[in-house]
Amino acid sequence: MKEITYQKAINEAIDEEMKRDPSIFIIGEDIGKHWGGSLGELAGLFDKYGAERVRETPISETAILGGAIGAAATGMRPIAYLYFDDFLGVCGDELINQLQMKYMYGGKTKLPLTITAYIGAGLSAAHQHSKCLFGWLMNISGLKIVAPATAYDAKGLLKSAIREDNPVIFLEHKVLLLSRSTSQIPNEEYTIPLGKADIKRGGSEVTVVAIALMVHRALAAADKLQEKGISIEVIDPRTLVPLDKQAIIDSVKKTGRLVIMDEEPKTGSAAGEIAAIVAEEAFDFLDAPIKRVCAPDTPIPFSPVLEKFWMPDEEDLIKAINEIM
Amino acid sequence: MAIEKEKLLDMYRTMVRIRIFEEKIAEDFAAGKIPGFVHLSAGQEANPTGVCANLRIDDIITSTHRGHGHVIAKAGNQYSLAPMVAELYGRKTGVNKGKAGSQHLSDMDIGVLVAEGIQGTALTLAAGAALTAKLRGTDQVVVSFIGDGTLNTGRFHEGMNMASAWKLPLICYCENNVWAESTNIYDVTNLTNITDRAVAFNIPGVSVDGNDVLAVYKVAAEAVARARKGEGPTFIEGKTCRRFGHFQGDTHLYRSQEEKDECMKRDPIPRFRKRLIEMKVLTEKEADKIQQEVQEEMDKAVKFALESPFPDPEEVLTDVYA
Ligand SMILES: Cc1ncc(C[n+]2csc(CCOP(=O)(O)OP(=O)(O)O)c2C)c(N)n1
Repeated sequence: MKEITYQKAINEAIDEEMKRDPSIFIIGEDIGKHWGGSLGELAGLFDKYGAERVRETPISETAILGGAIGAAATGMRPIAYLYFDDFLGVCGDELINQLQMKYMYGGKTKLPLTITAYIGAGLSAAHQHSKCLFGWLMNISGLKIVAPATAYDAKGLLKSAIREDNPVIFLEHKVLLLSRSTSQIPNEEYTIPLGKADIKRGGSEVTVVAIALMVHRALAAADKLQEKGISIEVIDPRTLVPLDKQAIIDSVKKTGRLVIMDEEPKTGSAAGEIAAIVAEEAFDFLDAPIKRVCAPDTPIPFSPVLEKFWMPDEEDLIKAINEIM
Repeated sequence: MAIEKEKLLDMYRTMVRIRIFEEKIAEDFAAGKIPGFVHLSAGQEANPTGVCANLRIDDIITSTHRGHGHVIAKAGNQYSLAPMVAELYGRKTGVNKGKAGSQHLSDMDIGVLVAEGIQGTALTLAAGAALTAKLRGTDQVVVSFIGDGTLNTGRFHEGMNMASAWKLPLICYCENNVWAESTNIYDVTNLTNITDRAVAFNIPGVSVDGNDVLAVYKVAAEAVARARKGEGPTFIEGKTCRRFGHFQGDTHLYRSQEEKDECMKRDPIPRFRKRLIEMKVLTEKEADKIQQEVQEEMDKAVKFALESPFPDPEEVLTDVYA
């Protein structure tokens, strides 16, 4: 085993895959010669694989994603570095109208394409650089969505995403990317299949489904509640599409209570989708109303005081759990 | 073109205000007093100063992530720096109530429509603002400040084409500091003259030394006059350079030491000061006095910001809808 940061995990996953498969290339802004990605997670790849395979672009998200789709459809396996997920709006057509190529054209084309993007608040980066667009992305058919919370998951899932013959968006939380904390990973190669949730902490009284950074906040809250004698199970879906419904339902069958913690406005969120699935498929097992701990339905403010209020935190989660105990 | 003495002195003070603002923000950001990300425009002061000296308060500009200078220049010297500083510090008294921060500092009261964080969008918004002026029959002018990197966004082309097709009163002023983050503009375009982009829109494309405020003033004056008369858009390139990295914390090792030294030498402020002294518009002593006055003004603005409360957390929920 070895200790590794979230950032390094991403770097290793791409490095190992690029070494294995010459059809993989990365395309995006400031990923090469000087910066290795704006948060440094691609450092060293340019020196190793050169300008042909680590392609720096002008500020042209539409051409980055459109170009990646075109290349994927014709035999390459691109990784489109989209930078912040907030920039996905620039290539909205590519996302909502073009990724669906296989379906539209009678199944003849496949798109082995990975999109990477930073997500999340917590850095006072204001509304245009802080969003988690989970719910928005889940509504796009034909796209798989990965949002890892740990280095171990990030590496294993990114390798699987790159090997997928479908478009996958891989969402990296900025707070995790900048974190120095490490997790243990095997020295040997491993992958984690898309669509398998991970029980980050076992418990018996409340199921908390938490996404990305929120997993860590849920774990911290679970520690505090344990002291008060409340047992929390924390489930990290890891991939939102495909979603491991069974893992969530199995947990709810055991605990009878469900709280979903999700860093995005409540309306139209991933949390809403998960709540609906459980209401539809496991209603009889619930002993209390489902709770969603989300952000308010507002844009994301800059000032740290406001941003803190906006982001769901441990206290919000504890409050929600207390309401249903 | 003779420029009145008062205007020249005003422009000089504006440039000094921007520089002192930026240097103080650099210092306080390094000291951890300012949250978020900060992109400074020190070295580029002559561009917004020369342009905005041609604008009225009811004219409109769009700014960028590197926008403090645009706002200061558009506001004019009679406007206080305090609410701008307070915004950067995330305070309740900030001009955007602490919701924008450095990257989005803007103020519609003085005609700053947005400080855009998504490159390229501003051109389309600016075209829309220019359309308003045309439809309402005002003679307002819209200036969209962008960086060189933004020339490669699709929206730049869409906004400019629409403005040119409809002869909108829009000026795109591109501050060409050569770098978009760590990417050199000439590595990601096949251009040697970025003003060639104007050819595609069949509008004038003018290049100017963006570190010479009088040259900028002159070129902008012509473009503004054209726009006010309903003769349509102009594209201007101001050749300039940034003294700091892309953002505070960027070591900008992608620039050679030679290039950085050269930028320090091309400083537009001592250059203008020398010029004004030669023109006998200013004496050394008066120039020092302006420097000192602005320094005091900035100190007061920072004090105001630091003494201001943070916003009430519930403010998150306000201003979502009209
Ligand atoms: C659509 C979009 N893509 C990428 C970015 C990230 N980004 C922020 S500033 C910047 C460089 C901008 O360069 P330029 O337009 O030349 O302005 P300068 O920073 O030189 O003032 C980039 C790529 C962004 N903000 N928006």
